[in-house]
Amino acid sequence: MQTSSPRRLLPRLLTGSVLLVFLVFFVLPVLWLVLAATKTDQQLVHGSPLSFGSWHTLKANWDALTAFQDNAVLQWLGNSTLYALISLVITLCVAIPAGYALAMTEFRGRHALLVSTLVVMLMPTATLVVPLFLEINAVGLIGTMWSIILPYSFYPFGVYLTYIYFTTAVPKDLLAAARMDGCSEFGVFRHIALPLATPVVALVGFFSFVANWTNYFLPYVMLPESGQMPIQVGVGTLLSNVPSFNPAVGTLAIERPQLALATLVAITPVLFVFLFAQRFLVSGMLAGATKE
Amino acid sequence: MTLSHSPSRSAGRRPRGTDRQSRAGIAFVAAYVLLLIAFGILPTGYAVYFAFTDAGGTFTGFSNFVTTAQDFRFLDAVGHVALYLLFWLVSLVVFVVSLALLLHRLASGSLSKSLRFLFYIPGALAGAASVLVWLFMLDPTVSPVSSLLGMLGYGTFGEVIAPGNLPLLFTVIAFWTGAGGWIVVIYGALNNIPTDVMEAARIDGAGAWQTAWHIQIPMLRKWIVYMVILAFAGGAQLFVEPQLLSLASVGVAGRDYSLNQLTYDFAFQMNNVNGAAAVSVELLVVSVSAAAVFVARSGFFDAD
Repeated sequence: MQTSSPRRLLPRLLTGSVLLVFLVFFVLPVLWLVLAATKTDQQLVHGSPLSFGSWHTLKANWDALTAFQDNAVLQWLGNSTLYALISLVITLCVAIPAGYALAMTEFRGRHALLVSTLVVMLMPTATLVVPLFLEINAVGLIGTMWSIILPYSFYPFGVYLTYIYFTTAVPKDLLAAARMDGCSEFGVFRHIALPLATPVVALVGFFSFVANWTNYFLPYVMLPESGQMPIQVGVGTLLSNVPSFNPAVGTLAIERPQLALATLVAITPVLFVFLFAQRFLVSGMLAGATKE
Repeated sequence: MTLSHSPSRSAGRRPRGTDRQSRAGIAFVAAYVLLLIAFGILPTGYAVYFAFTDAGGTFTGFSNFVTTAQDFRFLDAVGHVALYLLFWLVSLVVFVVSLALLLHRLASGSLSKSLRFLFYIPGALAGAASVLVWLFMLDPTVSPVSSLLGMLGYGTFGEVIAPGNLPLLFTVIAFWTGAGGWIVVIYGALNNIPTDVMEAARIDGAGAWQTAWHIQIPMLRKWIVYMVILAFAGGAQLFVEPQLLSLASVGVAGRDYSLNQLTYDFAFQMNNVNGAAAVSVELLVVSVSAAAVFVARSGFFDAD
């Protein structure tokens, strides 16, 4: 801030205002959602949009929400955690070595594998659900948690992130040097590549967790019983019990602020994981690792 | 396709150890290949099989494609999706790359970190939840920006979601949830540009604009191409936004706005799984062709 000549000030103002406009754009709807959970349905419609309701109403909304099907919300959260974590572990064990091998080694079929991975990734997910259902049904896994955990574990997006990371950020010479020193191929991966891969492991793990946590259609088809639902499908169930969206609802009605609260509860774990993962996501660990 | 890659290049450079490397490479991808076959290739093949057969499993050639293309809603849906894709891809590339560059230039690390977190928050809202939030944002009676909507000349929800506005509105919703994640990815990629390269640019007297344009953006090429390919495929599959909007709009927005809504209708309302599969296969072919163009022009698959 030494010399704030107009030539330096203008770009700074411009940067600041662009970031500010986007900040409002991204945050305002979330803020609204948070506040909506503290209001009654009446206040939501008639009160000022960005006003705070009361702690008391928030508590009442929470009680009404948990009362729905006898604590179903908490069970859904537990289910989501279980499904997302197991498939996360499988995804990491499978995707990181695969992306590494695609980027750093030559083998027959490498090209075909890259192309087919990309093609499968472009396939409309809604279309794959019916064939997947038939397939899972054929091996008798419908209604078990494996019917969604196994398909979740297949995460081509993660393989590609790893592939791009290794091709753009890790110099091949580094691996060649380790091989020269007598390191086995697995040793090169374990001792050289993996430590350098922390940012991309975090990135893949994070996106895989979020993708599994927020997936709706697959568990909706595979796990029809309420006790097995993950939270996303549960929120869908709640939505169909809101009278303002679905007038045919009986006495077990859920009101809009309670739905807002359920949405907040559903996204909180993702935000926590993001906060935790963020410091790994962005570090440029390789800066200056070798001289080109 | 011009994707062919000459193995001689790397084999020539490292004659020793290629066999060993080749075997190790296969071992590293083995588990992934299993999952790829089970949950990628098999179901995709199954969908293609559906597209070329009738309900009884008899081969019918292109008749499913002809029937669906003759559906009176088909061409409209193609037009809607094409326009939306244009808005969506342009806004994603321009704003995500610029925001990542701006955040990367911020002197204060913690400010940049907080902003990335705040920009990302909507990404945690899944499809249905985000649309739900935007139904309220776009309704002048409850929206926190109702004065802004009023300034633009909109007094009722019906006016806001007039058919001409829909491609823009869907872009806004998709950008709201999708941009934060890509900003994180691009920001991470920016961090991986070696400091000596940036240093050299600075010593050569390159300003912020020149560094971004001549150094950073070219080095981000692979990431941008990847983002565009996935955003194109995802955008072509537009579904949740128009579907939920049609539920809430009392008929202003139809249930047949996008191609994927049409497949859903074929599969679950008209009981025509084969027709649905045909439309999906068309979507796949378009996405793959677009991807092939990007991949071929960017050297995406090169291992070096």
